[in-house]
Amino acid sequence: MKPRHKRLILVLVALALLGLGATFVLKAFRSNLVFFYTPTEVFAGHVPQGQAFRIGGMVLEDSLQRNEDGVTVRFAVTDTMENVPVQYTGILPDLFQEGKGVVAQGRMDKQGIFVADQVLAKHDENYMPPEAAEALERARKIKMEAE
Amino acid sequence: MIPEIGHFAVILALCVAVAQAFFSLVGATRGHTNWMAVSRPSAYVLFLLTTFGFCCLVISFLTNDFSVLNVASNSNSQLPWPYRLAASWGSHEGSLLLWVLMLSGWMAAVARFSKGVPDDMLSLILGVMALVAIGFYSFLLLTSNPFDRLLPPAVDGRDLNPLLQDPGMVIHPPMLYMGYVGFSVVFAFAIAALISGRLDTTWARWSRPWTTIAWAFLTIGIALGSWWAYYELGWGGWWFWDPVENASFMPWLCGTALMHSLLVTEKRGSFKVWTVLLAIITFSLSLLGTFLVRSGVLTSVHAFATDPERGVFILGFLVFVVGASLILFAWRAPKVGLGGRFDLVSRESALLANNVLLVVAAASVLLGTLYPLFLDALGLGKISVGPPYFDAVFIPIMAPAMFLMGIGPISRWKKSSVPDLASKLKWAFVVSVVSALLLPFTMGTWNVLVSFGLLMALWIALAGIVNLWTRLKQMSRGEGNTVWNSLTSLPNSYYGMLCAHWGVAVFIVGVTLVNGYEIEKDVKMSVGNTVTIGSYTIRLDALKEMEGPNYTGVEGSMAILVDGEEVDRMFPQKRLYTVQQMAMTEAAIDTGFTRDLYISLGEPLSDGSWVVRVYLKPFVDWIWGGAFLMALGGILAVSDRRYRKASQMENGSEEVTTSS
Repeated sequence: MKPRHKRLILVLVALALLGLGATFVLKAFRSNLVFFYTPTEVFAGHVPQGQAFRIGGMVLEDSLQRNEDGVTVRFAVTDTMENVPVQYTGILPDLFQEGKGVVAQGRMDKQGIFVADQVLAKHDENYMPPEAAEALERARKIKMEAE
Repeated sequence: MIPEIGHFAVILALCVAVAQAFFSLVGATRGHTNWMAVSRPSAYVLFLLTTFGFCCLVISFLTNDFSVLNVASNSNSQLPWPYRLAASWGSHEGSLLLWVLMLSGWMAAVARFSKGVPDDMLSLILGVMALVAIGFYSFLLLTSNPFDRLLPPAVDGRDLNPLLQDPGMVIHPPMLYMGYVGFSVVFAFAIAALISGRLDTTWARWSRPWTTIAWAFLTIGIALGSWWAYYELGWGGWWFWDPVENASFMPWLCGTALMHSLLVTEKRGSFKVWTVLLAIITFSLSLLGTFLVRSGVLTSVHAFATDPERGVFILGFLVFVVGASLILFAWRAPKVGLGGRFDLVSRESALLANNVLLVVAAASVLLGTLYPLFLDALGLGKISVGPPYFDAVFIPIMAPAMFLMGIGPISRWKKSSVPDLASKLKWAFVVSVVSALLLPFTMGTWNVLVSFGLLMALWIALAGIVNLWTRLKQMSRGEGNTVWNSLTSLPNSYYGMLCAHWGVAVFIVGVTLVNGYEIEKDVKMSVGNTVTIGSYTIRLDALKEMEGPNYTGVEGSMAILVDGEEVDRMFPQKRLYTVQQMAMTEAAIDTGFTRDLYISLGEPLSDGSWVVRVYLKPFVDWIWGGAFLMALGGILAVSDRRYRKASQMENGSEEVTTSS
């Protein structure tokens, strides 16, 4: 084989591998996207079934309940229009509070309860998770349009 | 008065940078020797002025000058002094001042330690760095002045974010920035090479140590950040694929590729164009990281403020730097020329493949990090890309690179033979496969991922040993060398390579075993209750109120029992930082060589009991140990005698060429 042919083979092999890699990356990317919905959208049933997604809003005041085992909690997330009941097993973040912003990731179960496997709260006193802020903003717009 | 003097020093620094960029670049391209002579001293002056400005800010923090807005927003009179010091770079403004301090420091270092580099080249390098400096000094002065006054002064400060009140956070940002900003040196080298058209093996030899040392700092910076997340965030994770982490990880991946590509450029004169492109990409990713973290597009501790003006400035600067460099690259790169040829099976090929894999890995991280931001910015909805994507993509891309790490260093330059490689590495391969299959049984259940991870780690480690062994055997064939003589005559850069590669092996062991065998339990506990985890029983003995300098809290007293005997006590805390009314979980961690025991207090329940998080994390410290070994390898490589000797030789030969 001439060096030129060898180089050509090398380039082709590299391109094939890159193509394979890219396909695989994009496939993994598509199947792992997590979409965000506001409580209003969840209530309207716009959410994917059996797939993980995120919801955001405020923790509804006086909605936090704790099961007997002490580690499973239930609370409601609201965007001031609709509420979504959320169940979470584990320890809530330090900055989780009723009436404050929250983002949860998980799935809807058959009873219409959002079973979260991750709960995120804000990082400091003045900061709202952008998704939570977005949910409140969208709800505000809908209300304004209604009026 | 002090803040104004500091502010003035930074303004002067900007003026110096402008003058430096002008005289260095124009002088070097036109060949005015006395203009070029400006570049070196002005780098020192820039560094002195910036250091002075930085000290002024530090003094304002240490003396609790709450008439300075930055101090009032990020410090408090109750804050212990080491954290007041760290608060100087804990805010957006302060961290930018740290950024420019690092940049001017690197410029002074280049001016001081590049004796062998010809004057026109050095002028170009410092000129390019001065251009970068102009961008950042203007950004600092126009949008984020750390010396702004607050009138009337605050009575007391709003305190530093409690998450940042931690020893790890005192040194994490300086280390990380040393790395980030350090890549500006090799970037400047690359741009200077493109402008002057001089890109040869000596160029690669000059730029290599700078790249390696910056990479070592970045490695330590990232490891410290990960370690901090592990013990401070209170839920025991060490890497979250958070955009902020990715922002520092992408330059790291490209920087790793760059180091290896520079090696080929130095030794064989190949990959020149690719090396230059990588240098540009690496620094661009550093800038992108700065943009992501500083512009407030992300939600995290790092995004201090959502200020569109700042975001637009950095974005504009980023586009300018990347665009201008790439245009220059497209224009000048064809002039650079090709290097030596090499065979399909050769060290060059292995390194090329490794480079491509690292860059693809960086690109996949970039996709996962930026795509959600793009969608959000374009108003197409909010999505998030979580750890499942990164795990699914990253491991398969890196696995072949890990495999090549065993083969590359032992194969020959230019042309290597497969049978020769196979005969050298067969034992390493057999031993690693067999041990990887059997070892998981000694730790409990067999698991394919654990087995695979161990295979990679053992393969890298054993191939390194085989490599060392072959080198020693070759040397002892000579004139009856003792093993010790051979060992000491091997260059530091060789040991650096081994050390860094073993570091990767250690890191993989840590990651694999933590993921495979960690036990996590969230339980409800009252005083007297016990919980069993692995071979340990943990008993909650007491809960007591406590008070710190700027927080109050509750401390649990936990007895650790093995077979009914008390072996240790641990004291996890829940703190409430009084100024910001922010709760913080202070985990208690019993660190061991083969496992960490991790206890953190969750939430108090109405009946006086607590939700407690108890984790057993096998080999978790190997993760940071491995990263430390990698960085140590980089430092060893830079300490190689060769660089000092080479720069002296270069000096000599350079004088000959200029006089002739």
